[in-house]
Amino acid sequence: MTATEIGAPVRRKEDFRFITGKGQYTDDINRPGQSYAYFVRSPHAHATIKSIDATAARAVPGVLAVLTGDDLAADKVGGLICGWMIHNKDGSPMKAGAHPALAQGKVRYVGDHVAVVVAEDYATARDAAEKVVVDYGVLPAVVDMNEAVTGKTVIHDVAPDNRVYDWSLGDKAATDAAFAKAKHVTKLHIVNNRLVPNAMEPRAAVGDYDSGTEQFTLYTTSQNPHVARLVLSAFIGIAPEHKLRVIAPDVGGGFGSKIFIYAEETVCVWAAKKVGRPVKWTADRTEAFLSDAHGRDHVTDAELAMDEKGRILALRVKTKANLGAYLSTFSSSVPTYLYAPLLSGQYDIPAIYCEVDGIYTTTAPVDAYRGAGRPEATFVVERIVEVAARELGQDPTAFRRRNFVRKFPHQTPVIMMYDAGDYSASLDKALEMADYRNFGKRKRESARKGKLRGIGFSAYIEACGIAPSAAVGSLGAGVGLWESAEIRVNPVGTVEVLTGSHSHGQGHETTFAQLVSARLGVPIDQVSVVHGDTDKVQFGMGTYGSRSGAVGMSAISKALDKVVAKGKKVAAYVLEASADDIEFKDGRFQVAGTDKSLAFGEVALQAYIAHKFSGQELEPGLKEGAFYDPTNFTFPAGVHICELEIDPETGVTTIERWTAVDDFGHVINPMIVEGQVHGGIAQGVGQALLEGARYDANGQLVTASYMDYAMPRADDLPSFQVGTTVTPCPSNPLGIKGCGEAGAIAAPPAVINAITDALGHEDIAMPATPQAVWKACQKAARKMAAE
Amino acid sequence: MYAFNYVSPKTVRQAASALAKAADDGKLLAGGQTLLPTMKQRLASPGVLIDLAKVDGLSGIELKGRSLVIGAMTKHADVATSEVVKQAIPGLAALAGEIGDPAVRNRGTIGGSIANNDPAADYPAAALALNATIVTNKRKIPADQFFTGLFETALEPGEIVVKVSFPIPSRAAYAKFRNPASRYAMVGVFVAKRGGDVRVTVTGAGASGVFRAPALEEALKKRFSPKSLEGVTVPATGLNGDIHASADYRAHLIVVMAKRAVAAAIAK
Ligand SMILES: Cc1cc2nc3c(=O)[nH]c(=O)nc-3n(C[C@H](O)[C@H](O)[C@H](O)COP(=O)(O)OP(=O)(O)OC[C@H]3O[C@@H](n4cnc5c(N)ncnc54)[C@H](O)[C@@H]3O)c2cc1C
Repeated sequence: MTATEIGAPVRRKEDFRFITGKGQYTDDINRPGQSYAYFVRSPHAHATIKSIDATAARAVPGVLAVLTGDDLAADKVGGLICGWMIHNKDGSPMKAGAHPALAQGKVRYVGDHVAVVVAEDYATARDAAEKVVVDYGVLPAVVDMNEAVTGKTVIHDVAPDNRVYDWSLGDKAATDAAFAKAKHVTKLHIVNNRLVPNAMEPRAAVGDYDSGTEQFTLYTTSQNPHVARLVLSAFIGIAPEHKLRVIAPDVGGGFGSKIFIYAEETVCVWAAKKVGRPVKWTADRTEAFLSDAHGRDHVTDAELAMDEKGRILALRVKTKANLGAYLSTFSSSVPTYLYAPLLSGQYDIPAIYCEVDGIYTTTAPVDAYRGAGRPEATFVVERIVEVAARELGQDPTAFRRRNFVRKFPHQTPVIMMYDAGDYSASLDKALEMADYRNFGKRKRESARKGKLRGIGFSAYIEACGIAPSAAVGSLGAGVGLWESAEIRVNPVGTVEVLTGSHSHGQGHETTFAQLVSARLGVPIDQVSVVHGDTDKVQFGMGTYGSRSGAVGMSAISKALDKVVAKGKKVAAYVLEASADDIEFKDGRFQVAGTDKSLAFGEVALQAYIAHKFSGQELEPGLKEGAFYDPTNFTFPAGVHICELEIDPETGVTTIERWTAVDDFGHVINPMIVEGQVHGGIAQGVGQALLEGARYDANGQLVTASYMDYAMPRADDLPSFQVGTTVTPCPSNPLGIKGCGEAGAIAAPPAVINAITDALGHEDIAMPATPQAVWKACQKAARKMAAE
Repeated sequence: MYAFNYVSPKTVRQAASALAKAADDGKLLAGGQTLLPTMKQRLASPGVLIDLAKVDGLSGIELKGRSLVIGAMTKHADVATSEVVKQAIPGLAALAGEIGDPAVRNRGTIGGSIANNDPAADYPAAALALNATIVTNKRKIPADQFFTGLFETALEPGEIVVKVSFPIPSRAAYAKFRNPASRYAMVGVFVAKRGGDVRVTVTGAGASGVFRAPALEEALKKRFSPKSLEGVTVPATGLNGDIHASADYRAHLIVVMAKRAVAAAIAK
């Protein structure tokens, strides 16, 4: 019987289940009498609905119901919500248009939900859906943000110029003053390309209703089932919380896209009562492309002011953020409070001013996607510092180093208080691992083969562990972002951990158990982790923003403290000592200075049989819960270095080396952390080189399948060299910061900095496809010829 | 997918009569790598699927005199790994090994690929460059007459590809520039030299499917070397332009890929 240490690369406990096909995903759940839903979706980007004729569809044998927005309205089912209020510069609230789960009078993007057909089987529902006749009054599509703000075509009446908000952060006067005395100003126009999340498991839902108990159950692909229940009950009004159980079983990837409460699960749970049968819906890949909330999609103009030595004086940023046709659950916060507060990067920047316009277009809603705002901010900062260094003729690493934050805590001009870090240490280690010294030699070797070699840096910072409830509340969040945990020790000493975090690929069943094993001294296979069921776990805020380590595990840690404290009291009775004299170490409760001790399991049994303290104040049992509300964000940071080769004949970019040095604070399981870093880099490289959602002028999604939407594949990537530095996080008991998004945040600017380095500083937009790189090569060659 | 009937004939004759009986409503099913996805997306809705999987004598690879003969139902993976193909026309084995992914290569067939004539498919480039003969249950069709347009071939209703016969060239190779998303050919160039004759074919780029590039052929007939293509250009007119590659970029890539194919052909 051995415990597992924190910091051990324990193999993932859940993998046996997943690799042998024993996972239980939402689509694996089948309820007795289950029926199937298929959604009639808008083929138009923008249209009024003049009429819906479902007569022929209803007549198809096997069809149970065809329901529309009118039925939702008649049942007083509320619309989908955006849970974060953003205020305009003048203090007025943002303009949020109504978002019914099934369209009421108007559709606003291709894929918008018009009606649902519920039938005995999926094929019948789909066949009948083709027989629903919708008479559309087609309106002009509005795809381009510049066109949107002219207000020529209005998407939501509440926002006549299609602007959801005009928001700002920072000190405008101080920033202007700094620019006025600057010796050098670097300007950059940046497009942060729109991405489709592409979780391997598409979204799905099974709604169930028990007319005997009036109890609803929703099985759904969610990263935060409790939040889904709260929204579905308190805002959408499906059922009171105690009559609604939400279960998010195994979930096959989310990347943010499964945080949100969508139309489909809302309709399934409502329709289950309406048709008196469980209702299942599973998206196909086309539906996923059309209707999962997309990510990114910013257009930014940034300016960096510097003094004569290259010290940064100020940063000015103006961003247009495409929010799509409706405000998704947290969409408003992503280009504002999850973005602008990260614009200081790893640098000591005295003044920052950022303005953001959130804009409606007739495209799929845009919301958080791995990194959510921080990749966009990091791209701005790391691109502009690289360009600035080049303009000043300084080595980009020296330029960064000159401007690094050195003293902690450090208050930035944009809300954040960096608590700990050592940015030079990460840079030093990364340069060493990347063999930066010999880069020139490698570049010459490439040149001999006719290839262009480039190197690019990204010294990113992000804010994880979202977040202190009071802080986010003051910024407009409708919820607090603490986490809960409950530790149930069984009489035999095995342990169940109930957590409000939700694993959809992160390996919580391993890392959380590892923490419990290390702390209680029980073997890891005697610890099980329960999550994703609102009937089992009392409440929780779910998993996103790399918060499950810093916040979720901190809650577990607090609950473990209570278990140990109670265990000491039990042990004290059994060992006939004072609780103050009991020490807990290596899984044993021991009377200090004696050899009298009890194993953890023995104390658990004593706690439940309660023979030794019957009638005393001490209660039987061993079960403790805790809520943990963080006191600050956590600030993972690091340096990624991308080295690549371009074939100027074809424009093909090959990444030759990737070095990542990350400071995640203390690491529970380095293997899982490394896996998170790998996946994140792959997604970041995907954004930089391959991925990009494109709508045509009519608002049709051109990249609606893998024939046209390029996902990164294993052979697009090199083997990564991954290292860490450690400055423990001072604000949580475990000293951990979070690692889930770092790669996706760090990678894009590293790639683009490397490409522009190879191309002799010619700018290039993401995704830097072979065609784009080839064109840039041509342009660079023409420029060189002209000079 | 809409509902359909399924038949599994044992001979080419039975398959042909099932096809005739179904008239316009029947479709042959080979590897299903193109047909099934189209049906799933409801873009095709045949009433009868006639599965060629159990039909005798449709798959296999053999040398017949100066030709390499490949049965219609032979899978890409079998062509890619066949010692016979690697000896006779290594460029063809390499081409098959670059189609799709392992799952696709272990289901998809040469007959299905050629009959489908996707403008971005790889095999049509090889068939045209190698001057192959497509043997059907009714006749022999020279490749020159087989590929007639986008997803169009000379096959008549009820006609079944039985095998493809490739005259063995002295040198041949394929260079493929993959579409970053689909990994089909964005530009694929097959070069084949047989005696004094040189053929250069291009797939993935043409607005009406696979085509020959006469300017490149003439240059290579003078001397079969990548150097012969220096300065030679291909006009962008008639080429595809899409989000992945403009017609100009494709025109440029055709020459680059042709050079690489020639270099590979010489190296072998
Ligand atoms: C993910 C993916 C990636 C792919 N990548 C590539 C690629 O990189 N390059 C490439 O070239 N292809 C690619 N393909 C296509 C693949 O090669 C297919 O196998 C091929 O196009 C069709 O062959 P099949 O045997 O699957 O035919 P099926 O899909 O079964 O049939 C295709 C068509 O041909 C007809 N047909 C089939 N056999 C015969 C016959 N003997 N006589 C007459 N008509 C017949 C069918 O009726 C149907 O109309 C890819 C496919 C997928 C799914």
